[in-house]
Amino acid sequence: MGIVLDNLSKIEALPGGGIALATSDELINWARTSSVWPLTFGLACCAIEMMAAYASRFDFERMGVFPRPTPRQADVMFVAGTVAKKMADPIIRIYKQMPEPKFVIAMGGCANCGGPFYDSYAVVKGVDKIIPVDVYLPGCPPRPEALMYAVIKLQEKMRKMTVKGGHGATPLQGTGSRKLT
Amino acid sequence: MTKHAHAPADLKADQMFINFGPQHPSTHGVLRIALTVEGEVVMKGDPDVGFLHRGMEKLFEARTYSQGLILTDRLDYISATHNNLGYCLAVEKLAGIQAPLRAQYIRVLAAELNRIASHLVFFGTFGVDMGAFTPFLYAFREREMIMDLFEMLCGGRLLHSYVRVGGVAADLPAGWTEKCREFLTFFKPMLKDYDTLLSGNPIFRSRTEGVGIIGADRAVSWGLSGPTLRGSGVSYDVRKAEPYCVYDKLNFTVPVGKNGDCLDRYYCRMKEMEQSVEIAFQCLDALAGAELNPGEFMAKGVPKMFKAPAGQAYAHVEASRGDLGFFAVSDGGFNPYRMHVRGPSFINVAILQEILVGCKIADVVAILGSLDIVLGEVDR
Repeated sequence: MGIVLDNLSKIEALPGGGIALATSDELINWARTSSVWPLTFGLACCAIEMMAAYASRFDFERMGVFPRPTPRQADVMFVAGTVAKKMADPIIRIYKQMPEPKFVIAMGGCANCGGPFYDSYAVVKGVDKIIPVDVYLPGCPPRPEALMYAVIKLQEKMRKMTVKGGHGATPLQGTGSRKLT
Repeated sequence: MTKHAHAPADLKADQMFINFGPQHPSTHGVLRIALTVEGEVVMKGDPDVGFLHRGMEKLFEARTYSQGLILTDRLDYISATHNNLGYCLAVEKLAGIQAPLRAQYIRVLAAELNRIASHLVFFGTFGVDMGAFTPFLYAFREREMIMDLFEMLCGGRLLHSYVRVGGVAADLPAGWTEKCREFLTFFKPMLKDYDTLLSGNPIFRSRTEGVGIIGADRAVSWGLSGPTLRGSGVSYDVRKAEPYCVYDKLNFTVPVGKNGDCLDRYYCRMKEMEQSVEIAFQCLDALAGAELNPGEFMAKGVPKMFKAPAGQAYAHVEASRGDLGFFAVSDGGFNPYRMHVRGPSFINVAILQEILVGCKIADVVAILGSLDIVLGEVDR
């Protein structure tokens, strides 16, 4: 409990201990930001840098980022690489399989806007054309540190979420992915 | 989804149709294998490629020769330097440019370091596929050291574009050779650690030994190359068969397997890393010698934009995954008229449809992992 109290300004321990008071937003957002579970989903070159972020030197797990192999258990999708037109359908399908609230980090130039393949006939010019994106991470490929920074930015966004009225971090999250075509 | 995503019409009552991929932790990218299984046994396995098709061969036609280089990085993104090298050799042949000797040695050195980095990724991910996570952490620890070396060379960690048409982007920076030697001396005994970590592990061995056997004849007839071919006992290596750069001046052997199973393919790569260390040491010695002029890393008078005379040229290199070739055709303009890539992964992945039949579902992961394909190169 000590760690929780240190990190959460809005939690108040009642005298004598045993009971602590907190707003539900604060508590839920604390839990949500401390265990951002991404989907292990690599598309291209950026996936190797994503792997490096999970591995020895960078150790993503200390931020609570622990890869899940199935979309049913994932909170965030790192779109790491070029989105080819053939891959667009599976990406939408995987996105729909993720439980709410869900987030997307577009990693690398290709996922942002097509990157070096801006004039290719076979590439979707940015994953935001098919699914909503929360954080855009530039670079070709971005360094593992940059991916960590993107997650920190995502956590900042998560802290703004409120339970009342079902407000998500973005307006799109109010409606969820049900209206996604 | 694609039209093949659903079960085929001739599926029998006791059979099941499984989509292996494109989102699957052990497909190493976005490969999809359409599996028809009867219980645990695979009756039919069809690799479905194209989920990462980026139209690269067409894009080459819209880029100048120097601009096209950055596309080659993204072909086989785990061993970018080999792609750069193959492309540059083809363009140099086409345009009649000769890289200086010092640049040739630096190219070989960078290529061999990249080969180690690439095989380390294979070693780590193959371990994860077989249920061993610890080797992954060891492999990536060493790989980060190579990434540091590349960062000193060219600023890039993963995609280098260090090899340029006419030479390399820059000379070795101050203090680099010492760091490189330090890494190589550290790395060499690590290979023995890997053997105790993974190669000798009874679970690992029982999952790879005798699994996915490709005979020498079959390997040749399917056009396999690289460690996948050499695991079957065929000693073919472009570095020996058709030496490019300075490989004919260097002393190394080509490790060859015997049975052609997953273990042999795996072990060929481990042995190759040992040879790569030897080659890197020889290159460092040569670069320290007096006969190679320091600072002569680029051929003189190669402009950023140049016209190549009309004609065609083919150059191939031994990339980490096999025989990587570039076929360049010029009509005399600034851009190539056609640039064809012979990607080893694309040809290696084709054999899956034959060797998957009759194996267990768990073996699919082992066989796919041992082929070590990179989807960027398969789909291009």
